[in-house]
Amino acid sequence: MLHRPQSLDAALALLSGEGAVILAGGTDVYPGLRDGPPPATMVDLSALPGFRGITRAHGVWRIGAATTWSDAIRADVPPLFDGLKLAAREVGSVQIQNAGTVAGNICNASPAADGVPPLLALDAEVELLGPEGVRRLALSDFIRGPRDTALKPGELITAIVIADTPGQGAFLKLGARKYLVISIAMVGAVIAVEDGYISRARIAVGACSAVACRLPELETALRGAGPRDIAEIVATAAMPSLAPISDVRATAAYRSEAVRTLVTRTVLQAMEACDVA
Amino acid sequence: MSLDDLEGRIGFTLNGTAIHVQAAPTARLSQVLREQAGARDVKVGCNAGDCGACTVLLDGAPVCACLVAAGQADGRRIDTQAGLVANDPLAARLARAFQRHHAAQCGICTPGMMVAAVAFLRSGAVLTEASVSDALGGVLCRCTGYRSIIAAVLDVGDGAPETEGGVGASVERLDGWAKVSGTERFGDDVAPEDALTLRVIRSPFHRASFQFGDLDQFRDANGLDLILTARDVPGENRFGVIPGFEDQPVFAIDTTRFKGEAIAAVIGHADIVENLPDFPVTWEELPATLTPDDAQQAVLLHSDRADNVMCRGYVARGDAAAALKYAAHVVSGDFSTGFIEHGYIEPEAATVRRVGDRIEVQCCTQAPFMNRDGLARILGIAPDSVRILPTATGGGFGSKLDLSAQPFVALAAWLLRRPVRITYTRAESIASTTKRHPSQIRMEIGADANGRLTGARFDGTFNTGAYASWGPTVANRVPIHASGPYLTPNYEANSTGIHTNTAPAGAFRGFGVPQSAVAQEQLYDRLAEKLGMDRLEFRALNCLRNGDPTVTGQVFDTGMAIDACFDALRPHWQRVLREIAACNAGGTRRRRCGVGIAGGWYGCGNTSMSNPSTIRAGITSAGDLRLHQGAVDIGQGSNTVIAQIFAEALGVPLGAVTLLGADTDLTPDAGKTSASRQTFITGNAAKLCGEALRTQILRLGNVGEGATIHLADGALELAENGTTHRVALPRVEGYALEATESYDPPTTPLDANGQGAPYAVFGSAAQMAEVEVDCELGTVKLVRIIAAHDVGRAINPALAQGQIEGGIAQGIGLALMEEFLPGRTENLHDYLIPTIGDVPPITSILIEQGDPHGPYGAKGLGEHCLIPTAPAILNAITHACGARLHHLPATPDRVRAAILAQTGGAGR
Ligand SMILES: Cc1cc2nc3c(=O)[nH]c(=O)nc-3n(C[C@H](O)[C@H](O)[C@H](O)COP(=O)(O)OP(=O)(O)OC[C@H]3O[C@@H](n4cnc5c(N)ncnc54)[C@H](O)[C@@H]3O)c2cc1C
Ligand code: FES
Ligand code: FES
Repeated sequence: MLHRPQSLDAALALLSGEGAVILAGGTDVYPGLRDGPPPATMVDLSALPGFRGITRAHGVWRIGAATTWSDAIRADVPPLFDGLKLAAREVGSVQIQNAGTVAGNICNASPAADGVPPLLALDAEVELLGPEGVRRLALSDFIRGPRDTALKPGELITAIVIADTPGQGAFLKLGARKYLVISIAMVGAVIAVEDGYISRARIAVGACSAVACRLPELETALRGAGPRDIAEIVATAAMPSLAPISDVRATAAYRSEAVRTLVTRTVLQAMEACDVA
Repeated sequence: MSLDDLEGRIGFTLNGTAIHVQAAPTARLSQVLREQAGARDVKVGCNAGDCGACTVLLDGAPVCACLVAAGQADGRRIDTQAGLVANDPLAARLARAFQRHHAAQCGICTPGMMVAAVAFLRSGAVLTEASVSDALGGVLCRCTGYRSIIAAVLDVGDGAPETEGGVGASVERLDGWAKVSGTERFGDDVAPEDALTLRVIRSPFHRASFQFGDLDQFRDANGLDLILTARDVPGENRFGVIPGFEDQPVFAIDTTRFKGEAIAAVIGHADIVENLPDFPVTWEELPATLTPDDAQQAVLLHSDRADNVMCRGYVARGDAAAALKYAAHVVSGDFSTGFIEHGYIEPEAATVRRVGDRIEVQCCTQAPFMNRDGLARILGIAPDSVRILPTATGGGFGSKLDLSAQPFVALAAWLLRRPVRITYTRAESIASTTKRHPSQIRMEIGADANGRLTGARFDGTFNTGAYASWGPTVANRVPIHASGPYLTPNYEANSTGIHTNTAPAGAFRGFGVPQSAVAQEQLYDRLAEKLGMDRLEFRALNCLRNGDPTVTGQVFDTGMAIDACFDALRPHWQRVLREIAACNAGGTRRRRCGVGIAGGWYGCGNTSMSNPSTIRAGITSAGDLRLHQGAVDIGQGSNTVIAQIFAEALGVPLGAVTLLGADTDLTPDAGKTSASRQTFITGNAAKLCGEALRTQILRLGNVGEGATIHLADGALELAENGTTHRVALPRVEGYALEATESYDPPTTPLDANGQGAPYAVFGSAAQMAEVEVDCELGTVKLVRIIAAHDVGRAINPALAQGQIEGGIAQGIGLALMEEFLPGRTENLHDYLIPTIGDVPPITSILIEQGDPHGPYGAKGLGEHCLIPTAPAILNAITHACGARLHHLPATPDRVRAAILAQTGGAGR
């Protein structure tokens, strides 16, 4: 059974039922079936009115829960979001971007979800609506582990919320082929620059730990750095939160090393963009 | 609104027509479009978003229909390839551009490609190679290498079609319009509505023993029509492709030998089969052997094969040991490659019906007659009681030679007397069908002080998996080819096929030769370096020339044109070397450019074995000319090429030829589509057939050799010296005139040292690859590939180019990203094949010096295309950054590790 509620209240009511699965773009739900039958009951949020797009109100940006990656690419948003947009372009293919949603990506909570590092770097918060009302969680608290989120039964994400701060977004993804590729590692960053030097760096790495994570030690070390200092600082910074594993895509040793190269390049990408701007 | 209100009735506008379908709203839209709405131009290659074959426009935007819930399409507009081509002039122009550019080979990816391209073209975006790639990056193609697809999208204007022309003309594919307009029918597309569905129950372990529960109870409780196990096989419960090596059971008995092996099958209504509870079987996992290293000590997979050795191959000439001992320069190394999955976008599919005491099998296949004989043996009936009707085949590359899904459905249809269908899931296809053999190779090559090769020694171990399949062919072919197309006076090559508990390794474009080329061509670079010689010149000096003996002692007086391939590359090579020197001098140490070169060769047809093809043609009383063309076209173009050769020999325009077949009841045996044999062998049969028919016609009209033939209504018009005779065709049933001709290439058996003439024709090739290596990350970007191929004569140059580009793309995959790990990469997101962004521009150079045996001088060209690619890329990586990759694939982590290893861990 597939329900297509036209209001949040209707959606919440439907979700209170046993075993109802939320469906958005379906790009994780359907592959996850592995040729098995679909869940008996699905609640489709992709057509919920007023849920699509990135909007700004009261100094806060909201990414509606039905916003697709293609919507994100086309959104009229400041350079703060450049990392998210670059990530959006790297999600699968045009077909996947047209259906898959930003919210679905974080719910899937894959260590290799490309949306997560840029959103972590944006200090994104997740707005949840459930039978008990609205709550907000930092994205880093929402994703608790691989394939594990703080979403409670009967709850849904209404929006991803991002404070409007100065900064330039950047993103780099490393994969073994050009399109349709699961990341070996990826880095999202938001860098604020004053007079050519970093005033604030927010950097997150994916696919190098069970859950994508920020690099606080490095962020501190980068404060005040100029473009020439970056490589050195990144090469020597402590990154205790990273614990890469070996899998079919790459060895752990490679990930540990390559991620520093990626981080350096991502930070420089942001700083160059600031220069041009 | 909730869809329960609609009671499963979903309404949408499909290709401009409003329709309603009765379907579960949670079902995948792709399935509903195909099964309920009749839109079989929507293809399913993976059910996971990975291949893009199911791409449709949903309210104008391309999406994967396999990831959309049918109910999500309610009230919306859906456009598919067939509808777009019929209704939108832009799509119709695109279809014509696809035809002109030969952008559809097998055509299974074409619906997805074209739908994605239409959305892109409609968007008004600037047309560049990069923008086209971004737009089509979500659709995989395993045949074309994508270059022709990019060219077609960039050239969507109104070019003139090329539909006429004899040998040497790049005529459009005769069977192409169906592929670009959405009417082509592949394996799963022909299944009738009333067919029952079959699902195979497979081993979840690499090796296991098993016991069934109460099968009858399970069948009855679930309303199944039938459950099949080994005891239901009326004939022999085994099949295979090499006489004496038919060792694979249809259903395993008591123990399974690889993960994915079949033990039973369930047959019933699709709804029942797709929603079954767990099958009643208990498994006991047993210790398994996955690599040849462990296999010698392991439990025997087949009791009659000691040490788990399936078979060996051997070729020796001169005294290799002495030559290497006294050589001025010797290089040696160990190399390995993994399992490679064919990755055709069409999974195996078949529909079978029983007609009286005969059985009719519609399936995608490369070898209808072998399939026929194999099925007859399993069913215990005569071969002519089996009719194979090949559908369009959405890629094969060697794996669709073997029986896969057909035996299950044939058994079920035979017993139930009802049509039964099956289509493999992607996971099932990858887990259970044949693979390219993993190789472990040790090779040693020596040269004298002047750079002349003196000897080579080769030792290759090939993991042949649980069953023989084409393993014996690999074991035989490799020693013959491992020298490469070079004069190697002293030579000794051993090959061994070892059984392990993995999917059977079988035929994959090259039968082991691409693996041996990885070793030999890399060692050649090291030898050239030791000698201080240019890498191309070293190869050009040593390559086989007419009159030189091969390592089996075979001497070609004409037709050996590998030297011409190197000559053709020389100016490009020298230019690129200069460019790269400049680039690396000016650039950073982080980004390094390199160029590599490699040669390759491949004997067309079976090794030292009779492998004839037969072609039949006839003219009806009404004057219709029909060509019974049984050489299965799996995308490589035999329907077009064989017809071109036949029309040329008969002396009629191509448009006068009507193709029949392939159909084992209608078309004589043209052998299997493999080993680059169809253009050469069936082409010769077609030429003989055309000539024989021509002789009959000229005799009938009593005109001379030079007369021109025109097929008119009920008559032949024969023109000679300005006068035209009209000869009425006899009024008969069947054909008024007909001819059947066969061709079998002249070969001789090999002696104990592998000496003899294994092939009548070798094709050869040389390719150079330009790369950019990101030395910090170990990523490799291909810049351009230039490929010179000795094709004898190009019957259809555009089709030849298509083979080259497609082969190169597979070579790129072999070099950089592909490796099947049993149980771990059974889908198309963990098993990576090149996408449209991974294949660089390719320049094809066709060397046409003719071949004495080939029809109009043509050689085969299937396997040759990928043999030099991987080593050329690996040599380019070394040229760029110094790192040598002995173990494939050269993924970023391995390239980076190799860079670190040679700089002592310091990085660059
Ligand atoms: C071929 C292919 C390639 C891909 N490539 C990439 C890639 O390169 N990078 C990458 O990061 N991902 C990739 N993905 C994964 C996927 O596309 C993304 O994760 C996508 O963003 C998921 O969004 P969706 O709307 O399709 O989610 P769905 O599949 O609809 O849902 C995913 C999960 O989220 C839940 N959910 C969705 N919306 C809500 C909500 N509002 N509230 C609560 N729960 C919700 C669902 O219940 C489900 O558990 C790929 C997928 C495919 C099939
Ligand atoms: S079948 Fe839908 S993407 Fe492969
Ligand atoms: S033509 Fe693209 S997969 Fe065959």
